[in-house]
Order: sequence, then structure tokens, then C-alpha cells
Amino acid sequence: MANHTIAAPLYVPYLDKKGILSWLLSTDHKRIGIMYLISISTFFLIAGISALLMRLELIAPGKTIVDAHQYNVLFTFHGTVMVFFFIVPGLAASFGNFLIPLMIGAPDVAFPKLNLGSYWLYLLATILLLIALLKPADTGWTFYTPYSIKSGTDVILLTTGIFVMGFSSILTGLNFIVTIHKLRAPGMTWHRLNLFVWASYATAILQLLATPVVGITLLLLIMERVFGIGFFDPSKGGDPILFQNFFWFYSHPAVYIMIIPAFGVISEILPVFARKPIFGYKAMAYSLLAIALISFLVWAHHMFVSGISEVAATIFSFLTFLVAIPTAIKVFNWTATLYKGSIQLHSAMLYALSLVFLFTIGGLTGVFLGALAVDVHLHDTYFVVAHMHYVMIGGTVMGFFGGLHFWFPKMFGKMLNEKVAKVAWAFVFIGFNVTFFPQFILGTLGMPRRYADYPPQFHSLHELSTIGSWILGIGIFIMTVNLLRGLTNGEKAPDNPYNSVSLEWQVPSPPPHENFEKIPVVTDFPYVYGKKNSQED
Amino acid sequence: MSTNAHSSEHHHDHEEQHHIVGYSVYIMVWIALMILTAITVWVAKHDFGVFNIVVALSIASVKASIVALFFMHLKYEDKLTWTFAIYPLFLLALLIGLTASDVFYRVLP
Amino acid sequence: MGEIVIEDTHSHAHHIDPKVEYSMSKFGMWLFLGTEILLFGGLFAAYAIYRAKYATMFHEQHKELDVTLGAINTVILIFSSLTMAVGVTAIQKGKRNLLTLMLLITIICGIAFGVNKYFEYGHKFEHHISPSTSIFFALYFMMTGLHMIHVFAGIAILTVLLVLNLKGKFSAKYNTPIEVGGLYWHLVDLIWIYLFPLLYLIS
Repeated sequence: MANHTIAAPLYVPYLDKKGILSWLLSTDHKRIGIMYLISISTFFLIAGISALLMRLELIAPGKTIVDAHQYNVLFTFHGTVMVFFFIVPGLAASFGNFLIPLMIGAPDVAFPKLNLGSYWLYLLATILLLIALLKPADTGWTFYTPYSIKSGTDVILLTTGIFVMGFSSILTGLNFIVTIHKLRAPGMTWHRLNLFVWASYATAILQLLATPVVGITLLLLIMERVFGIGFFDPSKGGDPILFQNFFWFYSHPAVYIMIIPAFGVISEILPVFARKPIFGYKAMAYSLLAIALISFLVWAHHMFVSGISEVAATIFSFLTFLVAIPTAIKVFNWTATLYKGSIQLHSAMLYALSLVFLFTIGGLTGVFLGALAVDVHLHDTYFVVAHMHYVMIGGTVMGFFGGLHFWFPKMFGKMLNEKVAKVAWAFVFIGFNVTFFPQFILGTLGMPRRYADYPPQFHSLHELSTIGSWILGIGIFIMTVNLLRGLTNGEKAPDNPYNSVSLEWQVPSPPPHENFEKIPVVTDFPYVYGKKNSQED
Repeated sequence: MSTNAHSSEHHHDHEEQHHIVGYSVYIMVWIALMILTAITVWVAKHDFGVFNIVVALSIASVKASIVALFFMHLKYEDKLTWTFAIYPLFLLALLIGLTASDVFYRVLP
Repeated sequence: MGEIVIEDTHSHAHHIDPKVEYSMSKFGMWLFLGTEILLFGGLFAAYAIYRAKYATMFHEQHKELDVTLGAINTVILIFSSLTMAVGVTAIQKGKRNLLTLMLLITIICGIAFGVNKYFEYGHKFEHHISPSTSIFFALYFMMTGLHMIHVFAGIAILTVLLVLNLKGKFSAKYNTPIEVGGLYWHLVDLIWIYLFPLLYLIS
């Protein structure tokens, strides 16, 4: 029976206790997930404003609002906040925390106190990082040597902040892996798990095992700055490229930490609004693991023109093409899920469809960059900037927005205004493409990234891109206002507004503290649509 | 209907909780470690050319293995634990190997 | 509804089966040890690259290291691993006092290790050898220094376990923290098993 509600008199929603301490001291995974959600969303908006300022500077040649040094500070701020405060913790810490125990039929994660600890570490990291960034910092978010050794930036504070952030990430990954292995409800076999859980698992492995390497790299950077140990200093026999090798050993898997949870979200949304099971469930599950595995093998494709050996460049180029295969399988299967489905264009579905389309563009352009001869021309140009934003915004952020709209009723017990949500989506979709598509062209024409100024032949494309950023900004603004109004004025949400069979929809909206009055026994797959579900199917 | 989270490795847990490694096993492992340490020092006084590092690492790995297998009870752990104990070593090998493919094959002008 | 102050509904109504708790704690610690392997792994990678590049420098400069002290430290740590393992078996058999003794010896070994390193480092600094002297010494200080930090963390953990044991918290039925803490201590030994030959015994 898909729609049973626990109407027990003892139902106490997890949102009941008020007061900031009841949140900051809560070990309830749902509250921790919401705290992460609020934090990452706030930083997303702040970093987004810094991007609007960057685009404003670039609307015309010459100085518009900032000089070159201030521009360097802006893109360092934008990159660092977006990467470390928003997108790496991102969907894993927010949706993952909220949903994993619900989806596997568990009362909480394996180590709830450690979970809260992860969040406190995240907050500590944001404080350290913000101080360092505002000092200011101008190394770019990748702080390559030798500049990071010599820069006036407080590199030590910056790297300490990231080290703490990394520790938070490792502990979250650890928690999720143990949770998914050990706390699944009876009957919840691996092949009955939601794909979002599979995605969280693959992400958690990357968080656990890739992050320590950037941790040690940052320690080495600190030692270099304090003691001049010479690891990265050619005059002392060191190798500045070694920094890049170690840095990207983490940072490439990190981009999969960014995108894989979004893949999971899409796999949840599409079946619901196509009223069809996901096509090729096993392929979808195993391709996630394949992506996680191969992601460790491709890091030096960020370094093709840094001076690495041809041998390494060739190996890494080949491996980079490999990672496209499991990803393409996913895109194909999402599309096949839609075929002969009964499509409902809910706002969440609009974001999900956007991801499938936009991420494909982003992913394919990544393959272009993986080709050595092409990368020589495109590296460090706007082509790379466009590629990364197509995968990060077109991918992760679309997944983020989609998930927000999809699970809003479950998380907050309120419904969103669908009409306004769709209007916001339209602005976001159009604005995003107007901002970033011209950047592919700018890149192929030779416009370098991280430059505050440019010759006049690039003017019109930059102007178009900046106008796009305003449209995108308006869309995000409308969406944010709509979400906030939903929180305050939204209609009360039913427990299962989409007639989903997934476990998280079988508990009240919002869920009670302990999730399930009785741990369920699972007998079926979470995507049985179009069969015995509800009258509408 | 169950009222608590049920591990699929339930039957293994029974074994782990009741499998207590005896003191004599530990003593024997310790003696082996002492002998291997002595060998390590002795071997260092001889030059095996390019095999120096191989010999040193091999002996260290044998020592590490018996610490892991017996002191850390890895020998009695399930496949899941083994997988996550071994996989990081594989990633480490990747880090070193692929970085080396860059550093040692650069053609200097 | 007003204020519902029924504590039960605010805590987890479900208690996780103790066997599952035990399994999760151990598994969680093994995962954490995996991250430590990769943390040190970065240093081992840097070591591998730079030793291959500067084999002569490594050979020459390692002679400054005190092999005897290094060997003594190795023996101390291996012995402390023995006592830790014995302690785990002891409490699994319900022998609290034996565990107390074993934890105490293990902690003392850790402190002894630290004292030795204090003298070693002191001797280096007297001879104006520091992390900035060369890449070899940078690696020496970083690898043994990071290891030392982990030894201190281990001593702290074992001390907490010792205090808890004295309060009677552990028994044959419940000793998960001892086993899990022991795993962490063994890691400290494992890393040193590699550091010793790689730094002190370069032939």
C-alpha cells in the first residue's frame, strides 16, 4: 500500500523544536541536512554575486568597476567559495544527509554525533576561509606554486581552512559508506536501493579516499611557505608541477563528488515525472561506480600544457576518453526512461531535463579538451570556463535546484508555487545559456581565462555573456523568493504528492524524528510506476 | 517485521565477537617482527644495487602484513573490510606510478 | 500542540543491534585508516619521486640519522603493538586489570618513542639541520613529524580508554572502543615499519 500515513498521536515532525541551539546541537540527520542546505545555499548566493561583479567588469574592455588585482581577488573568492563552500559539500551533505537514512529504511546514519561534528568542521572551515579570502587572496582557487609560495595572500590560513573542510568531507563520506553497508532495512538489497543512494555511495568513496591527498598537499604547501622545504621550488631541486600532480589527484575526483549526487537526483526525478521505471537500473548503478573508479585515473588532463611528459599526457588523454563511456550510458538511459513515458512538466522535471541536455554539452566539450592537440589551443581559455560551468551549473546546479523543488514538500511539509517556479526556471535556463554559450566561442577565438581585460574584438561576446548573467541572476532571485515564500506561506504538503513508491515518500511530510515508527521490510524496487501504483497511472 | 537494523553480515558478527586471538599467536608474531627488524638492519649494511629498495620494502611489507593480519585481526575480517583495507594501497600505487610517468619521462630541452 | 516534552519521541526510538554497532565501529575505523594511508601516501609518493631523482643526496644525507635510535624506536613501537593486541584479547576474555596494564605499557612506549624523537630532533637542530636544509631532510622531518603527531593522538586516545577502563566501562561483552582504538595504534606502528628502512637505512 503506497500511501499509508502514520497518523499516530505521537507523530512529532523533526522541525518541531525551535531555537538555534536545538539545531546546532542536533544529531538528527534531517536537521543536519537542512543546516548544510541553508549554509551551502547562502554561500552559493554570495559567490554568485561575486560572479555578477566579475561579469560586470568584463562587460567592456578597460576597467569598469575593478582593476586587475581586484579582479584576481574576485575570481579567487568566487572560485574558492563556490568549490569548497557550496559544490563539494553540496548535494552530498544536504540531500544525502536528509535522504539516505529515509531511502534505506534506517532511523539515522551510522554515526550521528560524527555527522554533527562534520557540520561543525564545515562551519569552522568557512570562518577560516572567509577571513583568508577577505584579507584578500589572489592566488585563484587552485593556488598553484610558485605563486602561492610568494603571494601576499594568507596562504597558510587559506590552506588550513581547506584542510578542515576536507576533514569534514572525509568524515561525511565515511559515515555514508558505513550507513549504506550496515543499516539497510530488511529486504533492502543493493539492487533495490534508490539510485540516489548508489550515487551517494560512489560519491562517499571519492570523498573518503581522494581528499586525504589534497590534505597532505596543503600541508606540504604550508611547510614550503614556512620552512622553504623546496619540494616545489626548482632552485632547491624541487618541482612545481609536483604540486599540480598531487593537487589534481584530489581535485579531479572532486569534480565527480560535485556531479555524481546530481546524477542521483535526476535518476529519482525522471521516473516519477515520466511515470516509468528508470531504464537500465543495473547499468545506472554500476556506471556510477565505474565513473568513481575511473575518476582517479585522469587527473593530469588539467596539466597537459604545464610541462608534463608526453608519455604521461598520452596516457591521461586516453584515460580521459574512457570516463566518457559510463557517463554516456547514463545520458542514454535517462533519455530512454522518457521514451513512451507519461511526461509531467513539474518544475523539478524541468530542471532534470535541463541537466540531461546541458550536462551532455558540458561533458562532450570535456572530451574535446581531453584531446591533446585540441587542448593545447583551448587550455586556459574561456572554452574551459564554459565547459566547467556547463557541467557544474548545467549539471550540478540543475540537479540541486531540481532536488530542492522535488523534495521541498518532504523536507518542509509545504508546497511550492509551481507557476512561479516554472517562470524562475525559464529565466535560469535562458540566462545560463546566454551567459555561457558565447564563452565557448570566446575560448576558441583565444580569449584567456582569469583576465580582467581584453582587446576590443572580444567585446560583443563578453557583453552578451554579461547580459546573460543578469537574466540568470533574475531567475535565481525569483526562485529564491519563491522558495522562501513556500516556507512561510506554502500550502500544507501531503505525504506523497507524486505517488512515489520510494521509501522517503512513505513517511509524513515532514518526517518524524525517528523516521519510521517501525523499520519497514522492503519487497520491491523504488521505481515501479505505471503498474499497480495509483489510479492515475 | 523486524524492529532493528539488520546487518547482512550478521552471521559473521557472531564469529568475530567470539573469535578471540590467543596470546601465543601474538607472541609468535612479535618474535617474527623482531627477527625481521634485525634482518632489515643487517640487509642495509649490504649493497644490492638497484634492488636495495626492493629488498627493504619487501621486508617492511612482510612485517606490515603480519601486523595487519594478526595484531589488527584482518585475517578474521570479512571481504568488505579487506576490500577497503586493500583499495587505498592500490590508489597509492596509482598516485606514485602515474606521477612517475610524468616526472621521469620529461624530455629536457 | 504546544510544548511536547516527551523525551522518548525526541530520541531514536530504535536501538541498533549491538552486533551491528560493533560491526559499524570496526568498519568505520578501517575506513579511517584507509584515509591515513593516503594522507601519508602523498609523502611516500614525494619520497619515491625525489629519492629516484636524487639517489646520491639521499644516500649521503641519511648518514646524519641515528640508526641506533631509529632501531630502538622501531623495537619500542613493535612491542607496543604487541601489548595493545594482548590488551584487546585480555578484555575480550573479561580481564580488566590485564587490559589496564597493557594500555599503560603501550602508552609508556608511546611516550618513550616521543622522548627519543625529542633527542633526535634536538641533535639535528644543534647541527643546524632543519626542514629547509634539503629535500631529504624536509622529507625526514615531515614524515617523522606527521607520524609523531599521530603517536600523540594515539597516546591521547589510549589514555582516554585507560581512564574509561578504570571506571569499569569495558567487559567481555562490550569492548568495541578498545578494539577500535587498538586498530588506530597499530596504524602508527605500520607507518613506522616503512619509515624506518626508507629514511634510516638507505644503502
